[in-house]
Parts: sequence; C-alpha cells; structure tokens
Amino acid sequence: MDNDQNVLFGIYCPPHPHPLLAPELNDGYKNLRNAYDNLRDKIQASGADIILIYSTTWPSIVGHQIQAHPEPEWTHVDDDFHYLGSMPYKFNIDTEFADAYRDAAESRGLHSRTVAYDGFPIDTGSVVALSLLNPDNNIPACIVSSNMYSNRSETMVLGKAARDALSNQGKKAVVVVVASLSNRMFTEHINPRDDKIHSPKDDEWNKKILEFFRDGRLEDLSQLSRDIHGQIRIQKVAAYKPVWWMAATMGQHNNYHGEVLAYEPLHGSGGAVIQLTPSNESIGDKEFDEDDVEYYHGDRNVLDRGNL
Amino acid sequence: MKKGQVVLGCLAPHPPHLVYAENPEQNEPFSEGGWETLRWGYNRLARKLKKVDYDVMVIFTPHWATYIGTHFLGLPKFSSLSVDPIFPNIFRYKYDLDVDVELAEEMHKAASEAGIITKMMTNPDFRIDYGTITSCHMLNPEWDKPIITISSNRNAHYYSGEVMNEQAKALGEACLKAIEKSGKKVVLVSSHSLSHRHFVTESPLPEDMSREHIYNHSQYVWDMKMIKMMRDGKMKEVIDIMPEYTEQTIAETEAGGLSWMMAAMGLPDYPAEIYGYQSVIGTGNAVVAWDPNSKTREIVL
Repeated sequence: MDNDQNVLFGIYCPPHPHPLLAPELNDGYKNLRNAYDNLRDKIQASGADIILIYSTTWPSIVGHQIQAHPEPEWTHVDDDFHYLGSMPYKFNIDTEFADAYRDAAESRGLHSRTVAYDGFPIDTGSVVALSLLNPDNNIPACIVSSNMYSNRSETMVLGKAARDALSNQGKKAVVVVVASLSNRMFTEHINPRDDKIHSPKDDEWNKKILEFFRDGRLEDLSQLSRDIHGQIRIQKVAAYKPVWWMAATMGQHNNYHGEVLAYEPLHGSGGAVIQLTPSNESIGDKEFDEDDVEYYHGDRNVLDRGNL
Repeated sequence: MKKGQVVLGCLAPHPPHLVYAENPEQNEPFSEGGWETLRWGYNRLARKLKKVDYDVMVIFTPHWATYIGTHFLGLPKFSSLSVDPIFPNIFRYKYDLDVDVELAEEMHKAASEAGIITKMMTNPDFRIDYGTITSCHMLNPEWDKPIITISSNRNAHYYSGEVMNEQAKALGEACLKAIEKSGKKVVLVSSHSLSHRHFVTESPLPEDMSREHIYNHSQYVWDMKMIKMMRDGKMKEVIDIMPEYTEQTIAETEAGGLSWMMAAMGLPDYPAEIYGYQSVIGTGNAVVAWDPNSKTREIVL
C-alpha cells in the first residue's frame, strides 16, 4: 500500500477531562464533547485498522515508549481535576503494531521500547481521547509517548517511523494528536460557567492556528512550531512537538481538507477538536529553512567536539 | 496544648532505582542491587529516624504536579499499585498507607488564609505518585507512621523560578503555622534530586554501575556547591540562589520542595547532615537532613 493512503485522517484534540467527565458544566465543554462524538462516528465508519495516538500528557525520558499491553485496565484520576471524577478504562491495544513501531523507530536511530505492565498509568489525554473516540474498543489502538527532551529532528523521525510501521503492516490508521493549542490555564479554581481563553493574545494565536488547520496547512504549522511554542505555550518542555509528529506521520505537506469541529476554553487553555483529511486541495508547499531529517543521529555533542 | 514543631527535615531523592535496588517485597521487579552510596546513606538516615519521636511525615513531591494551586491528600487511607510511568520496568510497587487528614486540612486552611490557592484531594481512586512512595519507603520502610503528601504547584512553568521560590516559601511558612497549632511533631520531606538532566537511554541491566555517572561536569560542580553550602549551614544563601541553580542544572528544585521545607524550618543556619551523593541515570542526588536539635545533630560525612 502506498503509505500516503495509510492515514485515513488525522485528529487534533485536547487532553483535559472536562468533555469526558463534565460536559454539562459549560456549553463549550458540551461543544467539545459533541465534536468528539461526531468524530467517533466518523472513525467507526472509516474502515480504520488502528487508532494511533501521540499524547503530550505522556512524557517519557528513556527514549520513546509505546503502549503494548493488550488490554490495559485501570481507573485513572487526573492530578489537577480529580474532583471531576474517576475515569475507568479498558482499551484494546494492537500489540503487533506496537512492536512494529518500536522496530521502525529503532531502524531510524531512535531509542524506543514497548511497555506492557498491569497497572501502567495511561495518561489523562490518552484516556480521554480513547474513551470518547473509541468507546466500545471496536478498533485497536496504540499510544506513543512524548519524550520530554526531544526536539524537532527526533520528533520528526518518530513520526516517520510511524509511517514506516503503518506501511510495513499495510494498516489504515486514524492518527490522533492529543494536545492543547495555547496551554496556559488559570492558576486558580474557577466557576466553569466563567471559563474563557486565558488572554486575548492566546485567543488570537489559537485562531490563527485554526485558520491554518482549516486551510489544510499542516506542514506550514509544523514549520511555525517554534514560534507557537514561544508565543502561547508555557515552558514545560523543550518545544511544541505535536504538529511536528502529526505532520511527519501524515506526510509533510499542505494537502489536506481541514475542519475545525470545536474550539473552546478548557480552564483557560485552548481546546480544539480538528479533523484533517488528506486531499488534493493543496494551498501550495514552500521551501523551508530547517533540514528534513530521515535518521536520528543523537545529540551532536557540540561542546565536546570543539572546533572539529 | 504544647506547640507543634518540625523535628527533622530531609532532602530525600526519589529515583525509583533505589527502591528497585533494595528489593522490598512490595516491589515486583528483582534487581542485583546498585546505587549503594545513596542507599546506604538512606539506610543510615532511616536508622536515625527510628530514634526520632515524631507523629507524621509531610512530603512535598514533584510527581504530583498541579497547575491550579497546591493540593493535599485528604482521605485517611490509600492502597493500590504504583507503576512508574518513566521506569515501569523497575518500579511496580504495592502500597498501603495512612494519611493524617486532620493535619492536612489544617495546612490547607493555613495556606488558604495566606492567599495560596489550595485544594483537598478526596477522590478515593487517586493513585499516589512514585516520588512519595520512594522517598517514604527509603526513610521508613515499615510505613508505621501516617504521611501527608503536598502537590507541587508548577509556578516555575507559568511564571519564573523566582516566583516559584517565593510561593514555595510562603507555603512553607503557612505549613509551619499549621504544624505549630496542631501540637504535633513532624518530619518534613522534600522529595527530589538536585541536578536533573537524565540520560535518554538505559543500559540493558539498569543496575549496571559501570554505566552510571553524572550527566555532565557542570551539573556536578553546581551540586557540590550546593552541598557545601548546606554543610556550612548557609540555607538562606542556598534559597537565594535557588532560581539560578535550578535554571543552570535543570534541577528538580524547580518544583519548590527545598524552598518549602527550608522556609518551614526557618532557613537553618546550622550544618546539614550529609548522608550521601550519587548519580542515578545521570541526575545528581543527595540524601541530606537538617536536625534542629543540636544535641542529636551529627557530622555524618
């Protein structure tokens, strides 16, 4: 199978538990929930073999971890929003794909490993996405972590490895990226009815990003990632990585049909549910400054090498 | 009622490797040891704690990271399985612990009155973080005292290291008020490494000590500087340079634990007891204690 056909469509959605646990608290949460429900139906009708998730709320340190427990089961509670309730889950994981993804990542120079342990703490973002998008576990899933130290080249190569694995196995995937747009939350507890985007600046940037998504300009967003990180992302990690991974996994171009199903505040952060479907409606590709890396060679050890 | 007091403060790093290397019955994976310099230091501090008269251990952990205020455990008992999300291969620990909810609520109230955003955590399905479990296990493997876990509010991410430092100090002062009001004898635990840059690969045998060393020399030099100041009783100076130290070494002090604990102990000007320093997967870790009682204070190393 041509690997451009391996990704049926991509989804960008937020990690917060409100649409799952408390959609009734705010019309915006309800809108987000309706968007998830809409995409749930599209996924179920898509003929997908797998739902592949990249979650920004699963940080890793030792390389890139890939969930490989065939039926992970637990009751998850969010660190901040524990008062909204518990999230019991039992998922159906495609362990063959997990192994293939690990192998593909290693073939491209990445350190990667599968994890398959009873009670492993699957992160809030993955639990929310899988619970809402695939509630009956009809389609097997796989989840990959976001390494906290990785930057652009490593993340791009990780995305390319996902394409390799899909291509090698001949599987059709729905790709899900779990991430906020602006991720600055209010630092105090709020009445959900009063929820809004934290600042006009965050809101304006979010709307600009949504414009790009609507136009199918995923590669352009990937190239803008460092600007986005500096402008509207709190500095928890080195970079804003989800669009790098999404672009690399979906083919690094601007040929998508984009649909923003919902954009709402989630305790001040920007939560958007977006669908990107490969198409021929390109807005045009550009020449960009940064290298398109195929193989990850690790840190360059600039300090150790001096002038060599 | 007699005024409550802090009877000991402990800097207690929580790499799960230490529990793994100890092979307690609660942890499923089996190891051949490793990281003895830290573990033996911990073992000695645990023996000292056996001689300390205390009612409760209060622990501040980076691995319960909250962005909306500071949260406190608010149920009397938690029992479950803790699996480390980063190192699940070495840490799958069955825990069963008691919480001093009364004191937790007093701390929550005192912090709130001081203008700090707070929340009690009362969801019975909540899973205790591995930082709490590792530090508490290494300090008190019998788990025969109640604990209180305080989440780390990540002000460093939202604002700056300076704001984190100030808010953590305010929290420490508020907790001290609650402790004094309670009449209880309390051990404070600041659970974290010093320099905190990890290797991103792991050797096939995690406890292979031929592979263990600090991530780079600058981290080591900074860590030694901090330990010397602790040894010299210069904790006000340590807290003053905390934002710069944290930035330079990506230190786990970014969560605010040491600033919180030192503020609650009145910024000690007496020498700290140094029990050990060693790297774990490249990070710098020190086991250190502050004993306010000059009669029992020791020069350990």
